[in-house]
Amino acid sequence: MFYIILLFDPKILIPINVFLKHQMQKIGIPVFPGSNCDRDIYHVLTHLYNIKTDFIWHKKENIKNYNAIIIPGGFSFGDRLRAGIIAAHSPIIKEVKRLANDGVPVLGICNGFQILVESELLPGSLIKNNCLNFICKWTDLKVRNTNTPFTSKFKKNELFKIPIANGEGRFILNEDQLKEIKKKNQIVFSYHQDDPNGSIDSIAGVSNDARNIVGMMPHPERTCQPELKLFGLNNSAMKIFDSLIAYIKKISS
Amino acid sequence: MEILTESELKYLKKKLKREPNRLEKEIVGAQWSEHCSYKSSKKYIKLLSKDWKGIIKGPGYDAGIIDIGNGDVITIHIESHNHPSAVEPYGGAATGVGGIIRDIISMGTMPIALLNALRFGHIKSPFASNEISISREKDNELYSYSKWLLKNVVRGIADYGNCIGIPTVGGEIEFDESFTNYCLVDVAAIGFGKRKNLIGNIIQEDDIIILAGSSTGRDGIHGASFASKELAKENRSAVQIPDPFMEKLLIEVTKEAIEANILKAVKDLGGGGLSCCLSETAANLNKGFEIALDKVPIKYHDMEPQEIMISESQERMLYIMNKGNFKSFAKILNKYEVPFAIIGSVKNHKNLVICKNGKTIAKMPSHLIAYAPLLNRNSRKPKYIEDLRVKKISVKLPHDLKKTFLNMLANPTIAFKYWVFQQFDHEIGLRTIVKPGMTNSAVIKLNNDKFLAAKLDGNSKVCYQDPYEGTLSCLSEARANIISSGGHPIGIVDHLQFGNPENPEIFWTFQKSIEAMIDFSNFNKIPIVGGKVSFYNETKIGPIKPSPVIGMLGLIEGMTCISKIRPTPHDTLYIVGITSDDMGGSEYFQFLNGVTGGTVPKLDLQIDLINADIISRIIKEQLISCSHDCSKGGLSIALAEMAMGSHCGINIDLDKVPNNCKRVDFLLFAETPSRFIIGTKNEEKLEKELSKYKNLKYSKIGKVTGYGDNITFASKNKKIIDIEMELAKKYFESISSIMENH
Repeated sequence: MFYIILLFDPKILIPINVFLKHQMQKIGIPVFPGSNCDRDIYHVLTHLYNIKTDFIWHKKENIKNYNAIIIPGGFSFGDRLRAGIIAAHSPIIKEVKRLANDGVPVLGICNGFQILVESELLPGSLIKNNCLNFICKWTDLKVRNTNTPFTSKFKKNELFKIPIANGEGRFILNEDQLKEIKKKNQIVFSYHQDDPNGSIDSIAGVSNDARNIVGMMPHPERTCQPELKLFGLNNSAMKIFDSLIAYIKKISS
Repeated sequence: MEILTESELKYLKKKLKREPNRLEKEIVGAQWSEHCSYKSSKKYIKLLSKDWKGIIKGPGYDAGIIDIGNGDVITIHIESHNHPSAVEPYGGAATGVGGIIRDIISMGTMPIALLNALRFGHIKSPFASNEISISREKDNELYSYSKWLLKNVVRGIADYGNCIGIPTVGGEIEFDESFTNYCLVDVAAIGFGKRKNLIGNIIQEDDIIILAGSSTGRDGIHGASFASKELAKENRSAVQIPDPFMEKLLIEVTKEAIEANILKAVKDLGGGGLSCCLSETAANLNKGFEIALDKVPIKYHDMEPQEIMISESQERMLYIMNKGNFKSFAKILNKYEVPFAIIGSVKNHKNLVICKNGKTIAKMPSHLIAYAPLLNRNSRKPKYIEDLRVKKISVKLPHDLKKTFLNMLANPTIAFKYWVFQQFDHEIGLRTIVKPGMTNSAVIKLNNDKFLAAKLDGNSKVCYQDPYEGTLSCLSEARANIISSGGHPIGIVDHLQFGNPENPEIFWTFQKSIEAMIDFSNFNKIPIVGGKVSFYNETKIGPIKPSPVIGMLGLIEGMTCISKIRPTPHDTLYIVGITSDDMGGSEYFQFLNGVTGGTVPKLDLQIDLINADIISRIIKEQLISCSHDCSKGGLSIALAEMAMGSHCGINIDLDKVPNNCKRVDFLLFAETPSRFIIGTKNEEKLEKELSKYKNLKYSKIGKVTGYGDNITFASKNKKIIDIEMELAKKYFESISSIMENH
């Protein structure tokens, strides 16, 4: 009742409209057995951005009405066979492929990146870190391409701090492929100065040719609150989510 | 393997009024092992229990539960996996993490953080040229064995904790020759939840018993008995195989089932397998169980009933619920594809009845199995203690204190453990505020205005020379760490690790440790909320040094109360507390000079409490910019840690430090408890506050200089130590290069 009365007031009509649209935007988080960063991303999207977010169990077929998909980190299927490979063959990834084809932005973080690579939605492979250990630490990242739904709020070559936590984060591909992704400007993030995994060309994140799918090894969601950051550093890693939210608002308006 | 002693068998026969069959003997044998029954220690552990306000469950349960207000509870538990880790470090350490996590979820809370305390024999450090490395140059094989253990224990903990997505937020490592060819792996887990979601543990006749998780195999057969004897022979089949993926699924299953409110009782399967789990649960809940053994999912079709009953296969949980809830629970288990079976039901008769193909194959009162006849162990003060105290000791005053100081920084017990904790995912969960490394304690976020400080501490070198004073200093150190982070202590857990309790001299050291726990807890009114005892930590070369590991939790009320170790440039530095030259058990004596002996620091409980309270108060009033306790390596190491933590130089005037030390090297490296270093930009206000306390020993000792400046200590207007920041860091961070260098 309250809304209807307000809707008749032409001065308030627009803001209410925006409000309703904003509420309609929805992001999906595919969850596999062994995913473990799903709740962290959910927290960021719902508490900090006030975006409706659903966990989508990996067996779900036929998903719709998602403005973006974020595949979380973790150890889907316990990293059995190879990190990401079993998840890549799940029903939900078929759906993600379909949405991605329609241009829906898809972000894969850590294990999510591994899954996207194993699904061949992104080029390259992710293999064991060259130090052979799992590494959890803060690194410096450089933005190489600002022309994606996840990086539009950055300046080109902007540096920011972000934590990594992975055992198999070494991005590799062959020379021809490297030439090609460079030509097509698919390198989105690279490590600055110190490459913790031994990735080729210090690559930390790449996109597909259409640039709506991005995978990255570091964890932007772990910088979501100032107190979580090392030595009180700046908050720019959150521009990844800022960019996405701005993008889906623009698309759906 | 003889599983029951003669007198235990006699006791069992008398109680049963008949001869027990083989299966029954195996069931009782597993439960009556030292590891599961605490038959040597139970009498003493009971003394730690007391009715404290806010403690929902104390010592003796799977985990302690602390009420922190607003309907929130914290659970904490600590466990070790020493024997398995010494034989198969990767699997041993990993399954240790798994066990402790299941204890936390059994209470109805979700694990939010892990900590570990590890002990190894010496590893060779080319950076620390000390007496030990000189005298044992020939023992390269022992060094590489310690390195191998360290490497694989760390990897085992990392692979398990990382996979299940629980952050490992803190830890502590000590190297000592008494752990040569052996290791201690203590893991603590912290859970967080709602009081209303705690598992009720009230069951009724005909409730169903479900076993879920991995199938039962032959791994870990006789694991509990294996851990209840000296490590004489490597028994790899007694070590369990870790499967963190299944553990993660069990966590999710339990979480969903708790939210759906369908669980009446939950218990994890650990040491002693089904035998211990079933008998303890039945006895605790005062009921009987009827179990159909043929329903238990097994890995090999030809497993004998006794193998099924005592297998310690990991990642298994027992759930008890009303029959009517089975369908909803099965739906959750099926969602996660977790194997399960209804293996029996609850009976009012208070017996544990094991059936196979409808035939009863074992039947005993659950109380009888769960409560082993307790032992009266003899105890006697070891002769070596008095000998060490009065031993004439000669430690030469080093002519180059700079070199001595660098060697101390590179001492693996003191050095920065970056190589270790960067293998642990310590960020997951968005809670880790103070991260591992140069910290007082870990600080994790509970909610927007509540934070938890957590720390594990141990010092086997001091405990060896005086188990009472040694345990007190571990407690004091743990409290100092919590206080320095801005927390007020809310609970203690302990893990008491000793050699063979049948040796009266070792048993005496255990008793002294317990005494210290009781005295500290009562004096400071900090409840002991849980703990474990691990005996038989011995190898062919002898018993380990007494190694109590103390865990402490503190609550921090608000972001502004979190105090950090890093000073800012131009802070003025103060020390609170007096430094005395009781060097017994210090790293300086033991590691650098290879000397065991001398008097150990004596803790004055009154002064310790006053100093801690004052630090607590000035942190709350925001009079200081940083704080740090002085522990291993003494005040020079504490100051160096602060300097390196913020990459700022420091100038310290040692003559200003309140002390009664005869020598300057003792002043630098004495490990006197109850001391804190604080930094401030507000000298006037701080001094005004400190001067309110009569008899408080404190003093302004120096200044923080600028970024990248030198670390200097002066005495009698002469710089006796003057070290470039980069050089100090090179020594302090030398563990990575030791571990990566094959």
